[in-house]
Amino acid sequence: MGKKLLLANDHIPGIQGYEVYRKNGGYASVEKALKTMTPEAVVEEVKKSGLRGRGGAGFPTGMKWSFLAKPEGVQRYLVCNADESEPGTFKDRYLMSRIPHLLVEGMITGSFALGAKTSYIYVRGEYYYIIAILEKAIKEAYAAGWLGKNILGSGFDHDMYVQPGGGAYICGEETALLESLEGKRGNPRIKPPFPAIKGVWGCPTVVNNVETIAAVVPIVNDGGDAYAAIGIGRSTGTKLISASGHINKPGVYEIELGVPVEEFIYSDQYCGGIKNNKKLKAVVAGGSSVPILPANLILKTVNGEDRLMTYESLSDGGFASGSMLGSGGFIVMDETTSIVKNLWNFARFYHHESCGQCSPCREGTGWMEKILHKIVHGHGEMKDIELLWDLQRKIEGNTICPLGDAAAWPVASAIRHFRPEFEEYVLNGHSIKDVKHYYSVNRIQE
Amino acid sequence: MLKVTIDGQTIEVPEGTTILQAARMLGPEVAPPAMCYYSKLETSGGYCRTCIVKVSKGSEKDPRPMPKPVASCRTMVMDGMEVQNKTSPELVEARKGVVEFLLANHPLDCPICDQAGECHLQDLSFEHGIESTRYEFERRTFKKIDLGPHIQLHMTRCILCYRCVKVADQLTPERYHGVLNRGDVSEISTYIEKSIDNEFSGNVIDVCPVGALTDKTFRFKSRVWFTKPVDAHRNCDTCSGKVTLWYKGDDVLRVTGRKDAFGEVADFICNTCRFETKKTSDWVIEGPRVIDKKSVISANHYLSDLKVPDFAYEVGEDYKKIDDTPKLLNPAAQ
Repeated sequence: MGKKLLLANDHIPGIQGYEVYRKNGGYASVEKALKTMTPEAVVEEVKKSGLRGRGGAGFPTGMKWSFLAKPEGVQRYLVCNADESEPGTFKDRYLMSRIPHLLVEGMITGSFALGAKTSYIYVRGEYYYIIAILEKAIKEAYAAGWLGKNILGSGFDHDMYVQPGGGAYICGEETALLESLEGKRGNPRIKPPFPAIKGVWGCPTVVNNVETIAAVVPIVNDGGDAYAAIGIGRSTGTKLISASGHINKPGVYEIELGVPVEEFIYSDQYCGGIKNNKKLKAVVAGGSSVPILPANLILKTVNGEDRLMTYESLSDGGFASGSMLGSGGFIVMDETTSIVKNLWNFARFYHHESCGQCSPCREGTGWMEKILHKIVHGHGEMKDIELLWDLQRKIEGNTICPLGDAAAWPVASAIRHFRPEFEEYVLNGHSIKDVKHYYSVNRIQE
Repeated sequence: MLKVTIDGQTIEVPEGTTILQAARMLGPEVAPPAMCYYSKLETSGGYCRTCIVKVSKGSEKDPRPMPKPVASCRTMVMDGMEVQNKTSPELVEARKGVVEFLLANHPLDCPICDQAGECHLQDLSFEHGIESTRYEFERRTFKKIDLGPHIQLHMTRCILCYRCVKVADQLTPERYHGVLNRGDVSEISTYIEKSIDNEFSGNVIDVCPVGALTDKTFRFKSRVWFTKPVDAHRNCDTCSGKVTLWYKGDDVLRVTGRKDAFGEVADFICNTCRFETKKTSDWVIEGPRVIDKKSVISANHYLSDLKVPDFAYEVGEDYKKIDDTPKLLNPAAQ
């Protein structure tokens, strides 16, 4: 079992409450930062750690923090993106419901580093019970003097608020999140200006994922170098993976980056192999929006190297033969899964969640869903596959925010790697009930 | 001043100019089409994606090309930037895609639409679109909504450019309408069909690029290409009073703002000028309005290259007498 940094104490009973959390070394990072470090030193440690954004894009956090504009007399804000709605991702929910104080602690330390007097936790609306958990944790932190005026006598004031979202996937996009936080319609803003210059209420803002902010705690406690020692290359530290699908042990796992994918799927420490001894068919490695990969490509890269759970290794080969680590929503599909039906489900999601602001995404997501609906229900034609391919190509890269890309990539990868299956649907005009038949028709080696 | 090259033509523009503005300075031939950007409205643009261009060289300092096409209406010019618009085949292809998306749910009811003839979507699909649609599903439809006594909203035709929302935000004291719902069922509407009632609300008709917001005093009166545009003005307390009157015979069928080559009005006008003063005696006529010669409105009306004199300026010392002595068509025959 690898080293655990975030979920090391999650098995302790009562860790949700302040007393137990504090007894197990909680709030040490706030103490250390406020008493012995300058804000710049904290940013420096985060830079040294090589921590990368855990929300999906993998942008270096230290660099993001150093980009924050610091004009005189203007408030700065730290916003925690807890609007976790990517299908297949549920790590933040687990973290916040099990160890809410870890997030609160990370928020205080992070805000100290950024000089933010106010911070917000924007929680997905559907996580209503987590809002209560977080509010209780914040209340306890206020009572214990970790929040409020002049924390630990350092002269640093900080207030923290929880903001429930309205229930839209798009509000996980950082600028849409800021709009929603300001009480407006959650439409992504057009960048530039970036939030680091003009964020919430027009002030410089840093938006970070829950896991990223939580990771600041071990970085400050043990130092950036100790964090950077874990992992491989530019993928440092640990990552929470939400494993779901046809596996024996679905759940949230904290892994050291660099674990081979094969080990992650088949080892008893992690997923414990495919359910009912079926064969692996495909994996969506980082939440529904990243490209789906067939079994042979997810286990080994085209060069024959073992694929590892790192940012670099998973994206090896580009989109032709690679994928992305994304937010760590690891969806495993066994041989009985219909890729076409699965894709239709994803397309339905993106159609429903498109904000409707820019035309390629507004019209394109709905169009793709309708075509897939047609194919799945046995009315598809060969030209529909070409049309799908063409549509995803015209959506990708032409939209305001990454939702267009997120809708296009699964379509592109499914057609790229599983085209025979689409053709099977079109030719036989019915859903594939007999998978053996499908394999024999397409002469695919089992 | 910053130097920018668009489709091989170089121009120097002041700092803070967008690529689209720079291209418009070079002329309508170079400028990318824009459905949602409106230079008179702040924060407009960026939604429709028709104005996308390829930046093949970022700037003199950082010559890397931009990885994706950018919305030219929202991207600032950098010194030494090189932009490809019509010269990039993949960009032309991408724009075709955007036009196809805009048309996917458009009803194509041009034969009964009042906007036909001056519709930006018609022009756009004619110039940048593909011949036929590949969309074979039922198109979304909405009920028509009356926004007060003068304006009708036909949401089915809307392309969600947000221009009318910006007009209401920036021109009128209170905004009554906005966007409801999301995704491909989002619609422009007022809350529980409340009417829009203020002096400048009529401008939403002028900024609408399609036939979604129409003038109820003009609906189904005439096709626009049967009407003759004439510039006129009047003393108005609320607005500049500079308008275009659209005549059919001796009747003023409608009044609009003066639209330029990019379809943008010079001045926003008030509702009194637009809806209530429709007699020739209300106005001081300045002369025929020059409409882009490509437009169907100018067909059969004026010689395409006839320069209409602006009497206010040209009847001075600069006035040149036209040489009207008869000439042979073929001088060599003399």
